[in-house]
Amino acid sequence: MENHLPFEKPIMELRNKIDELKSFTDEKDIDLSGEIEKLEQRLEQLEAEVYNNLKPWQRVQIARHPERPTTLDYIDSLFEQFIELHGDRLFGDDEAIVGGIAFFEGSPVTVIGHQRGRDTKENVRRNFGMPHPEGYRKALRLMKQAEKFNRPVICFVDTKGAYPGKAAEERGQSEAIARNLMEMAGLKVPVISVVIGEGGSGGGLALGVANHVHMFENSWYSTISPEGASSILWKDASYAREAAEAMRITAGDLKEFGVIDEIVKEPRGGAHHDPKEQMAILRKTLQQSLKDLLVLTPNELIESRYEKFKQMGTFEESDF
Amino acid sequence: MIKDLFSKRRKYASMPAEREQPKTMNEGVMTKCPKCKTIVYTKELMKHANVCMHCGHHMPMTPSERIDLILDTDSFRELNPHMVSADPLEFPEYKEKLEKDQKKTGHKEAVVTGEGTIGGTPVVLGVMDPAFRMGSMGSVVGEKITRAIERALDLHAPFILFSASGGARMQEGILSLMQMAKTSAALKKMDEAGLLFVSVMTHPTTGGVSASFASLGDYNFAEPEALIGFAGRRIIEQTIRQELPEDFQTAEFLLKHGQLDKVLHRQDMKNVLSAIVQMHT
Ligand SMILES: [Zn+2]
Repeated sequence: MENHLPFEKPIMELRNKIDELKSFTDEKDIDLSGEIEKLEQRLEQLEAEVYNNLKPWQRVQIARHPERPTTLDYIDSLFEQFIELHGDRLFGDDEAIVGGIAFFEGSPVTVIGHQRGRDTKENVRRNFGMPHPEGYRKALRLMKQAEKFNRPVICFVDTKGAYPGKAAEERGQSEAIARNLMEMAGLKVPVISVVIGEGGSGGGLALGVANHVHMFENSWYSTISPEGASSILWKDASYAREAAEAMRITAGDLKEFGVIDEIVKEPRGGAHHDPKEQMAILRKTLQQSLKDLLVLTPNELIESRYEKFKQMGTFEESDF
Repeated sequence: MIKDLFSKRRKYASMPAEREQPKTMNEGVMTKCPKCKTIVYTKELMKHANVCMHCGHHMPMTPSERIDLILDTDSFRELNPHMVSADPLEFPEYKEKLEKDQKKTGHKEAVVTGEGTIGGTPVVLGVMDPAFRMGSMGSVVGEKITRAIERALDLHAPFILFSASGGARMQEGILSLMQMAKTSAALKKMDEAGLLFVSVMTHPTTGGVSASFASLGDYNFAEPEALIGFAGRRIIEQTIRQELPEDFQTAEFLLKHGQLDKVLHRQDMKNVLSAIVQMHT
């Protein structure tokens, strides 16, 4: 893999060495199989060591990997006959959020997600997956449409955050996010949200008020980005690694806090190491969630969603 | 570019720029207006609800001053006054900072909630205090506001909230963010029940608070010149690399862009609120 992450360097070096020995064997007709086998065992050990003990900051790096599958990749693989729907009917079409209708396992669903670019050109068009108000309003329009036609809503969360820009403020970034939080809470259909990469603050949460919230093993979800937290804590953005630990932003942390339901397993090293395998894992998660939620009445869906978020938080009550 | 954007995030926080505070002098007898610099008798200023008699600048109010200004005399009964934050992240210095602000403000958290009456009509009221951890929202703020909304639902009463906040409270991590969802979900119940929610944004109302309950009023009002916005001014300037207008993210700016129902002068506040409450009973 060309785009390996800094902490993967020893693995890459060892892998290259094995490849060299293999081609050497082929060219020179010398038997190095014993040597190769030893190195392959060492590689297996090293991979287990690195990938089974990922630190929060390493997971953040995996979550941001340029080859990591995006919302549209999951839509292409897991849904059939996806029809993308555009625009908020008020101002424009924000390509930082995509949404539409499709079949999942033969049943119609509405699917919506943050969409970052898969290359520089696309990133510019999609504003690096950082939405303006019209993106959130498009998402809400599609959710309301799903409610009308009684089909489940599946959201993919993957954003550094809502875009901090002048136009975004003028058009009501706060109101657009707030409106989504409130309206999602009242949807009469099953809502499932999956954090597939970055869950940046209110900009991520605006697609996250769901009956089931799942989170990929190597994704992060936080009140503030590690860089932002670093700026506040140490007056310097370069301690993002330390901030990533202090802020408790990994799937394991959020599971412990009761904020998410399931941790979606990733292939060793992250989704981009084996996208096909990742699709299969996610398919199972979505199947199970839908199965659990489709038996609930609209009222049960709303009430259980409310209770889910109501219990989030820690505090103490005393009489004095 | 995006890498740029984030690596440039140094030496500033997502908190709003600190606005100059009014200075008290002569052992509190006099107060200097931070805007026009006029020195006035503190007692006179308090009679004018902390609004400068010379330039109209709205200076901060404590929750109890606000409650006295809005509710009928002695009608206020506080809800959940003893709820205190836990420290879920075991965040360095968090407990100490909470204790310090508890001493400074005389209440346990950044919002005071309770029941009372306006012109004899029962209402549920919440007032945030920017002097307590910059009014930031952690689990207690979210829970108290949610319980206040649930109380309003039980009583079939209107809910009025004065917000003032720098946003979500970083020290409680993801649990702070989730308070945005919790409070907004509770407001959805009020909405479904056909009950009135009036949001009054005071200086400053930013970040996670502006992006949740503060923007969800049936009527959204703001005090003059209050700073209201989602992202911090400096973050925006560094992202778009251009200077922002002087009045950017003020109440007047929001009004101009169609994001507010009205800018309400503090001295009209009680009359307007009580008229609205009457129109909905
Ligand atoms: Zn003045």
